[in-house]
Amino acid sequence: MDFALTDEQRMLEETLTRLVTDQVSPEQRRLMLGAPAGTRALWRTFSELGLLHMPFSEEVGGLGGDGTDLMIIMQSLGRGLVPEAYLAGLVLPGQLLALTASDKQQARWLAPLLEGDHQLAFAWQEYSARYDALTISSQAIQRDGQWQLNGRKEVVLNLEAAAATLVTARLDNGKLGLFMVPAGVSGTSTRLYRTIDDRPAGDLTLEHVTLPFENCLSEDVSTALAEVLALGRAALCAEAIGAMEVACDQTLAYLKERKQFGLPLSTFQALQHRMVDMHLHLEQSRSMAILAATSLDLPSSERDYKIAAAKAYCGESARFIAEQAIQLHGAMGMTEECYITPYVKYLVMFDHYLGDSDYHLETVSSLLNAA
Amino acid sequence: MNLTFSPEEQAFRDEVRHFLVTALPQDISERVRLGRHLRADDHLRWQNILSEKGWLAANWPKEHGGPGWGPVQRHIFDEECAAAHAPTIVPFGVNMVAPVIMKFGSVEQQQYYLPRILRNQDWWCQGYSEPGAGSDLAGLNTRAVREGGHYIVNGQKTWTTLGQHANMLFCLVRTDPHAKKQAGISFLLIDMQSPGITVRPIITLDGAHEVNEVFLDNVQVPVENRVGEEGQGWTYAKYLLTHERTGIAGLGHAKQALRHLKSLASRIEHRGKPLLEQSSFRHRVLKAELELMALEVTNLRVIAAARDGGVPGAESSLLKIRGSELRQEISELTRRALGPAALPFFPAFLHGDDGLDEASAQNAAASAQYFNRRKLSIYGGANEIQKSIVAKTILGM
Repeated sequence: MDFALTDEQRMLEETLTRLVTDQVSPEQRRLMLGAPAGTRALWRTFSELGLLHMPFSEEVGGLGGDGTDLMIIMQSLGRGLVPEAYLAGLVLPGQLLALTASDKQQARWLAPLLEGDHQLAFAWQEYSARYDALTISSQAIQRDGQWQLNGRKEVVLNLEAAAATLVTARLDNGKLGLFMVPAGVSGTSTRLYRTIDDRPAGDLTLEHVTLPFENCLSEDVSTALAEVLALGRAALCAEAIGAMEVACDQTLAYLKERKQFGLPLSTFQALQHRMVDMHLHLEQSRSMAILAATSLDLPSSERDYKIAAAKAYCGESARFIAEQAIQLHGAMGMTEECYITPYVKYLVMFDHYLGDSDYHLETVSSLLNAA
Repeated sequence: MNLTFSPEEQAFRDEVRHFLVTALPQDISERVRLGRHLRADDHLRWQNILSEKGWLAANWPKEHGGPGWGPVQRHIFDEECAAAHAPTIVPFGVNMVAPVIMKFGSVEQQQYYLPRILRNQDWWCQGYSEPGAGSDLAGLNTRAVREGGHYIVNGQKTWTTLGQHANMLFCLVRTDPHAKKQAGISFLLIDMQSPGITVRPIITLDGAHEVNEVFLDNVQVPVENRVGEEGQGWTYAKYLLTHERTGIAGLGHAKQALRHLKSLASRIEHRGKPLLEQSSFRHRVLKAELELMALEVTNLRVIAAARDGGVPGAESSLLKIRGSELRQEISELTRRALGPAALPFFPAFLHGDDGLDEASAQNAAASAQYFNRRKLSIYGGANEIQKSIVAKTILGM
């Protein structure tokens, strides 16, 4: 049992903290949000620091970072709400490639991803299936030695910046396939937008999209998909911890600074206890994020149980902290310009990424060991 | 980071488990399992067995006769004891006054009291709260006036847990009524057989005789029974309250109670389906399960910090708040699980030897325990006080 970071991990954390402080101030962040993803200086810095290689195994050319390394990175990104698609554009599609792609496919898609030469996206979500990655209705059929895809993928993060999108589709035999759909290929159309917390996303419509055979990564991706989604959920919990920390810190600072009735708000017991409740939610969620980060290598049912528990728990805590942060900032907390606002929006929307609390509580329920 | 116990720690867990299977008398564990009140003799028998084994004083250093365990081993020991339905060790001597005597007591006090505590020769109780001093403990009024080689003590203490069995009382008294309120307090060790001491039971809402009022009427206490310096009692009391509180979440008890709840809710049926399969009940059990998972990791974080040389301070407050809330919630769910069977109350069974048939005895204590567990968020500093401590010491408010 050990919660200490190794020397390398401490260095990683310090580097990232410095990077976020120096390069992702709220003002810099606003400017970055206006520039196209994948072309920004920050992604090159990520590359130089080895962050793009970190979460991948050495077999596929990565640095072999573990769940704790990923947690450190995501937590730092969460503190700055860094507007780079580290998870959506690199980790999730990259891990799927690492698990499913042939050497040739990896050379074509994964190697340039790790070098920072392109970004990808992962389209797994369809409104009709809510958060379930398996019960989707997009279809892929084989025709004349090629694949043909039909369907519609919703809220694909990083869609615009992606050189290609990994798309799940149902095969004739009922299994789930995974396909590389290069950007702009005939039959695809996109509707681009921002999510309510300012992340670039879009819907991807596939109409008779014809793909060569080598664009099929897997004809049975469900096991790999479960593994990658588990990793993504653990990573999201860590990112949310970073954002919760900032929301708590900034709210506390505001309570100490803001005066009413001639006294700082921090002297009022009703507000102190509310602030302590936020802190309790943060620390308990941090424990759950640690549990998730250290569960990635467990047998799949144990892994899924613990990570679902963590995501369900962190989702509710995040919403609690966000709502309290607004309340404790009073009317200021209702404004677009308030420094807490991007954090509040992220924390509420975090629950919707890769399955919300209700969804994950169902998973916990289905795996609950009764006696 | 990793959350797994080392092979040595696993082996230690096995050793404790094996010891409990062989050494814990079954009639005692059965009383604990059924939630019946323990008699003084039940506590003493078990604590003598532990003493014999050298495991009574889990948090004492080796030189004073402790087993020399670290925080991780103590945690494992607590968890296994709770799982085996062992009685909780009466903490007032071994875990509360002893560390104060070790740190602030005279050599004579150490040589006299510590071996006696280790052999269960004294039963200690705590004289802290007073009718007018609960959360505001430093507002206590019990007076000790120096007369020659004695203090003459007058006042009233209350919520004195298991004081009916005790022969020794550690007591906060006011020796200087003119000093600032924390500064005028001293820490005395008082023989309960002294003339002028009266103990009166307080029956709590679950029908139990757990706490008492202690009246002190011109009680003579030798000056050598003062621990440390006059006027420094508040410092010692605070030390006691923050000493080794890594077990304060009651994690082992929460785990055991949740296991019991799940097994109960799997057996009890409603309209042909186990209660645990009914969505609204299951939802609450799941929430408790999640809270327990989080609390366990938080507890391990605090234990690991203590093991690596940190001093658990205000983090104990976090554990206390969430641990007590969780245990209360589980006791509420256990009571609810029984449905109408939670209504009958059998006080004679709970504190006497009267038999009940096996089926009704299994659950006779659930409602009483629910009421009893309300104390968890009140004693040892009410949860609201804990929140104020966190606000002050962690958040700097």
